[in-house]
Amino acid sequence: MVSREKITPDMAKKEVVRICEISDENIVDCMQCGKCTAGCPAVHGMDILPHQVIRLLQLGQIDQLLQSEAIWSCAACFTCASRCPRAVDISKIMEALRLTLVRVKGNNRLDIEKVPKLLDKNIPQQAIVSGFRKYVK
Amino acid sequence: MQRVGVFICWCGTNISSTVNIDEVVAAVKNMPGVVYSKDYQYMCSEVGQNLVKDAIKEHNLTRVVVAACSPRMHESTFRKAAKAAGLNPYLLEIANIREHCSWVHKDKKAATQKAISLTKAAVAKAILNQPLIPGEVGVEQRALVIGGGIAGIQTALDIADAGYEVDLVEKTPSIGGKMAQLDKTFPTLDCSACILTPKMVDASMHDKINIYSYSEVEEVNGFVGNFEVVIKQKARSIDMEKCTGCGICLAKCPAKTALSEFEEGLSKRAAIYTPFPQAVPNVPVIDRETCTKFRTGKCGVCAKVCPTGAIDYEQKDERLNQKYGAIIVTTGYDLINLDSFGEYQYADHPDVITGLEFERLVNAAGPTAGKLVRPSDKKKPKKVVFIQCVGSRDKSERGKSYCSKICCMYTAKHAMLLRDKYPDCEAYVFYIDVRTAGKGFEEFQRRAVENYGVNYIKGMVGKIFPTGDKLKVNGVDALSGEVLEIDADMVVLASATQAKPGASDVGRMLSISTDRDNFFTEAHPKLRPVETHCAGIYLAGACQGPKDIPETVAQASAAAAKAIGILSKSKLVNNPCVSQVDESVCSGCLACTKMCPYEAITEKMVEQKVHGKIRRRRVAEVNAALCQGCGGCTVTCRPGAIDLKGFSNKQILAEVDAICQ
Amino acid sequence: MSVIANNAAVKNAQAFEPLIVAFCCNWCSYAGADLAGTSRLNYPANIKIIRVPCSCRVNANFVLRAFQRGADGVIIAGCHPGDCHYMTGNYYTRRRFSLLKNLLAYVGIEEARFKVDWISASEGNKFADVMNGVLEKVHKLGPNRKLRDSRWRR
Repeated sequence: MVSREKITPDMAKKEVVRICEISDENIVDCMQCGKCTAGCPAVHGMDILPHQVIRLLQLGQIDQLLQSEAIWSCAACFTCASRCPRAVDISKIMEALRLTLVRVKGNNRLDIEKVPKLLDKNIPQQAIVSGFRKYVK
Repeated sequence: MQRVGVFICWCGTNISSTVNIDEVVAAVKNMPGVVYSKDYQYMCSEVGQNLVKDAIKEHNLTRVVVAACSPRMHESTFRKAAKAAGLNPYLLEIANIREHCSWVHKDKKAATQKAISLTKAAVAKAILNQPLIPGEVGVEQRALVIGGGIAGIQTALDIADAGYEVDLVEKTPSIGGKMAQLDKTFPTLDCSACILTPKMVDASMHDKINIYSYSEVEEVNGFVGNFEVVIKQKARSIDMEKCTGCGICLAKCPAKTALSEFEEGLSKRAAIYTPFPQAVPNVPVIDRETCTKFRTGKCGVCAKVCPTGAIDYEQKDERLNQKYGAIIVTTGYDLINLDSFGEYQYADHPDVITGLEFERLVNAAGPTAGKLVRPSDKKKPKKVVFIQCVGSRDKSERGKSYCSKICCMYTAKHAMLLRDKYPDCEAYVFYIDVRTAGKGFEEFQRRAVENYGVNYIKGMVGKIFPTGDKLKVNGVDALSGEVLEIDADMVVLASATQAKPGASDVGRMLSISTDRDNFFTEAHPKLRPVETHCAGIYLAGACQGPKDIPETVAQASAAAAKAIGILSKSKLVNNPCVSQVDESVCSGCLACTKMCPYEAITEKMVEQKVHGKIRRRRVAEVNAALCQGCGGCTVTCRPGAIDLKGFSNKQILAEVDAICQ
Repeated sequence: MSVIANNAAVKNAQAFEPLIVAFCCNWCSYAGADLAGTSRLNYPANIKIIRVPCSCRVNANFVLRAFQRGADGVIIAGCHPGDCHYMTGNYYTRRRFSLLKNLLAYVGIEEARFKVDWISASEGNKFADVMNGVLEKVHKLGPNRKLRDSRWRR
């Protein structure tokens, strides 16, 4: 069922402004060309596509983003940032979204105790370190 | 004592909404010298101007101050009004209380105070104004057009048809420009060469037009009506008088290694070449870098086969000094370099081409004789992807922030031409927005979608992966959120247009300004679109901003009309705000002569009586016809003997004092 | 005691409305100021513009007179080097006022009170930015008292 909620675009929303501040990116610059999505290597694991992430921010629909899987699928490879014609670094926005969640008390994405079980012998150490940086306070 | 009248404009609500007009009127009334003050809603209207005229007569005003918009806007309007009322126009002063006050301030109190202060400064200056009478200079009734594309050709034809001589200077061996490279033109799909070449021939046959091809403008001096220009005619190595354009030399030349500029590098050309068969003038050029004769001294085939003996290996660059009354700049545009767009593989894969290369590939006179094939293996493509906005609307350092304007239309045209030639070939267009503002443009683009079955996809391409003999295009449909992968045979990039790389040098040479993207700036974005801030120099075509052919031609004719306006006068009035030397103070050091960029100051001997004896003394003298009134000499002058009329030391100091009150 | 003095200083600073005189060349900076106007950019009303044909028309005397008459800051704005309408005028401006800068430093005028900058006719944004920048610095410095002629009251 498609629900028909009333949406008022609100870029001045406190939470959105906060995301812009943390990431230091200007979401107004985005004109939804989708080049980030087109080049994203992790796009197949995303429920919300990178360019849609910015659109939702522009609309002030931040709750939907914070519940999404997409922000965790982002590998922070910066492919999008290097190609964006509008010089908007989405990887930074993704990071900002993750941070707002992870920084809340008791809200680690990953339980540290469970980490050894998830480990693959072939995983490089750097990946573990950046994984911790991304998923844990 | 001067009798000053002050006129304060509301500019509708533009000024009156932030400036309390009544307060300004009251404040200036008490200024010494002010005998009359009046406010009106639109001072620049006829009624407003009549207020000024009537007040001058009625109240016997000797100075007038108008507090209104920028003097760059209406100074001349009010000066004319003052003149009509019998007052010397240079006794009028403008206080800019719109652009510099009401439009930039929000606080009404502060803005009102500032408006009062600016008006007071103008009154203080006006009291010291002196009547000035402009001098006259003759006009050289010839025009120079720089750039021989469609803009230059049209301008030259229009000026020549009005009966004035025109010199058309083109850098490359032939006139024609970018339009000569195009296949069809939107939105009517008429053949570009069919409509351009007759104009090229007209220009070459016109007895008032002189084409300097393979030439460049090297130096520009002087001013409106009297520009002095040095034109460099590059050594063609061919005697233009003897050459008949038979073309035997082109066929016989053994050094066919250089990439043809005209064919966008898609084919080779000989070292002796004409860019294309319909070139005007139809006289070849020897490219000395690839010519075997020039490189090793051995060859000389062209000289041997030439039936008229026109080949001249000894020819040297020639410099011509010419005088012109007006100059029109039509230097056109270029496409950006795509090397930094690695994801599109333009530099690495031959089947990724630009729009201009596509034009050559479908052109019947092109390298494939109109057969559209892949440059790599000469096979017919089955799927072609067009990508728009490559470098346009791009805020990163790789691209240009502006819209290139022509790409939406030419991409639609390309896709239609493709589907027309090969109905079984699929066409995909990736776009961010489709912009089709123009007569018949929207219908044209819709025809591509509705009748020609071109697939328009809103979204961009992330990367192109060459796999086997295919190009795997990874894109997205941003509307549905579907990630797409297209196995294309060919990709056409609508690369951004940019100003010619040498545009800023040309601008410097002509003292006209360029914007941050190196396009030349017009004098006013709406009301003076073909003039520059330098009187007598005009702009037409894509050197002023991205433009399609109809707009370019319209602007070219407009520029021609402006130039004819200058050329049709036998005399022009000078700016009377020029420097003058007080000979009794001048020490004759002549520091000013070295500073003057126009060489308008020369030395002069005067006789002076000192203690009963007549002594001869050296002083500086300003040539009012050459002086442009920058005022630099006034500061250079050690004894302070030079002053600038209209902006004298006293006047500026009076303004400073009034502002600091 | 010092606390009270400080408070007074703070109060004074709040009441302080600096006066800045800007000399703008007719072809670039004055047009840039016009563009700032047509683009409705905001800068404070404390800045007052005097039009000169070229930045090289500005005599050091004018700057000194402005300071003497109580201006708190002076700006000279011309075309970008190389873009002068009169071909070379702004090169002279650049040389002349690098000397004046030294003189002003010598007599004790703070560096931030005097600025020479290049603003083209298309840089309305830059015009507003430069004006705001100077004003902000002058605001911090407080009123100009060094060169000011005490007989001249504003």
